[in-house]
Amino acid sequence: MSARLRGHAPFAAVAVLLLVVAPLALPAFRLDELAKYLCFAIAALGIGLAWGQGGMLTLGQGVFFGLGGYATAMYLKLHDAGGDLPDFMVWSGVEELPALWRPFGAAGFALAAVVAVPVAVVLGALVFRQRVRGAYFAILTQALAAAFVILLVGQQGLTGGTNGLTNFYDVFGRDPEAEGTQRTLYFVTAGVLGALYLGARQLVRSRFGRLLVAVRDGEDRVRFLGYNPATVKTVTFAVSAGMAGLAGALFVPVVGIISPSLLGVVPSLELVVAVAVGGRYALAGAVLGAIVMNYAKTSFSEQWAGGWLYLEGALFVLVMTLAPRGAAGLYEQARDALARRRGTPAPAARPREAAT
Amino acid sequence: MSDALLEIRGLKVVFDGFTALDGVDLTVGQGELRFLIGPNGAGKTTLIDVVTGLTRPAEGSVRFAGTELTGRREHRIVRLGIGRTFQTSVVFEELTVVENLDLAAGFRRPLPALLRQRRGMSDQVAAALDTIGLGDLADRPAGVLSHGQRQWLEIGMLVAQRPRLLLLDEPVAGMSGDERDRTGELLTEIARDHTVVVVEHDMEFLRRYASQVTVLHEGRVLVEGDVATVQDDPRVQEVYLGRGREEAA
Repeated sequence: MSARLRGHAPFAAVAVLLLVVAPLALPAFRLDELAKYLCFAIAALGIGLAWGQGGMLTLGQGVFFGLGGYATAMYLKLHDAGGDLPDFMVWSGVEELPALWRPFGAAGFALAAVVAVPVAVVLGALVFRQRVRGAYFAILTQALAAAFVILLVGQQGLTGGTNGLTNFYDVFGRDPEAEGTQRTLYFVTAGVLGALYLGARQLVRSRFGRLLVAVRDGEDRVRFLGYNPATVKTVTFAVSAGMAGLAGALFVPVVGIISPSLLGVVPSLELVVAVAVGGRYALAGAVLGAIVMNYAKTSFSEQWAGGWLYLEGALFVLVMTLAPRGAAGLYEQARDALARRRGTPAPAARPREAAT
Repeated sequence: MSDALLEIRGLKVVFDGFTALDGVDLTVGQGELRFLIGPNGAGKTTLIDVVTGLTRPAEGSVRFAGTELTGRREHRIVRLGIGRTFQTSVVFEELTVVENLDLAAGFRRPLPALLRQRRGMSDQVAAALDTIGLGDLADRPAGVLSHGQRQWLEIGMLVAQRPRLLLLDEPVAGMSGDERDRTGELLTEIARDHTVVVVEHDMEFLRRYASQVTVLHEGRVLVEGDVATVQDDPRVQEVYLGRGREEAA
């Protein structure tokens, strides 16, 4: 088998698993849950790119997830209302459709999918130009997530408050509860994840990807190579935010709700923890980490509700102290150790990002 | 001397009340190889920092090929054609030697072109790799290089940038004798078709490879001239020997 083919084999195996095996083997209810995990995996992919490759520890991806999610929910709500006010607005005593909602009636899903990007571009341009980085950047993004939740909760008439937006009766012309709709949404989500993964992998392998690693490891040195690190970081941050936004946009039809509790500080952190456990330096590690951790969360919570957070925290501490490169890093270490025992030199020259 | 490439006039830099540079004038001609020496704290590195935009001067002007540099951001100055190395070499350890060079050679590429994968080596990169003699290590991560090899890689990255002016900050610091010789040869080769300014501490290295020398002392230009003139100058001897006496005491 050629090296090129071998490089595609793991991706093909996962694709078969997700597109053929899972839909055949899992009951509808579980497949629906898997679709939810895949949404988180899309957001995790963005974190892998920003944090693993670019060194930007973004603790506020929930904001972008929420922007995509709320935008889709607003579209679906307006569609359901059919010219009238959405139900929750009537209950809150709102009499006229707020200006903020208007664009989402017509432009719909297309707008929802990209709404996070311009926000990230503006934020990134401001923050990275001022050379805010490291822990300061992390704290800033976390504060943003907290502020976003406060804003959403406070604007009952505009956002549905704590309850968020839910009760969608018509998702792109279909009944959201029907098994066929859920199955279609699952395939769409899996397809989007696959396409974004391939795109992100290409980005990492490109010259831009090499530049991004250089910015991560020596931002000040990169300036003296004639590049503006702020531009590189802003572009990457925007791509990462775009992925989170798209994840949120898919999450709403898949799960049927978007609310502040799904995108605050804790959910944002959980995404980062999943990426760390899976292995932030490998994109595949980020994706698989999100799927496995969310699966584990569901399974564990079914047995012992409330216990998950402790386990998750302990796991995070363990990974950070014993295997900072996560599960994907362990796999690479094992592979290198095996290669050494066979007497062939370990492929040390291979940049670790190239590993799938 | 040929046309002036770098013209520094009345440069003054103050750090929290301490005057690091005090009215420095310096002209470097096109194609020149200039050594900048002086005791610790003379302001040599500060001078390079000002030229490359890392430090803002309190007064004075720095003109490069007629363009004022003060107030411009670092990457803009690089784009005008000035490259530098640092005392502690910084190469990107996770990238291979070729990738390091390719990055340095590539800043003129527009963003969309960066999104493509690198295939093989550009002529520029191949030439730089050949100049620094690290061809055998081309596809190894820069993290495995020795201290000397890192310095050469940095010089190679500088050459790959195709700058009009190269600023080297103590290129032989911490090097073994053999490595110094190699670096000296490298420097001579590069100086053939580039304008180079070298900050150096090492007097032996200076005697062997320098032609034009500027001596800085306490933020001012003390003497300027060829190696013999500078060495015979009583003021230079006092600055260096005087220090020597103090240290001996």
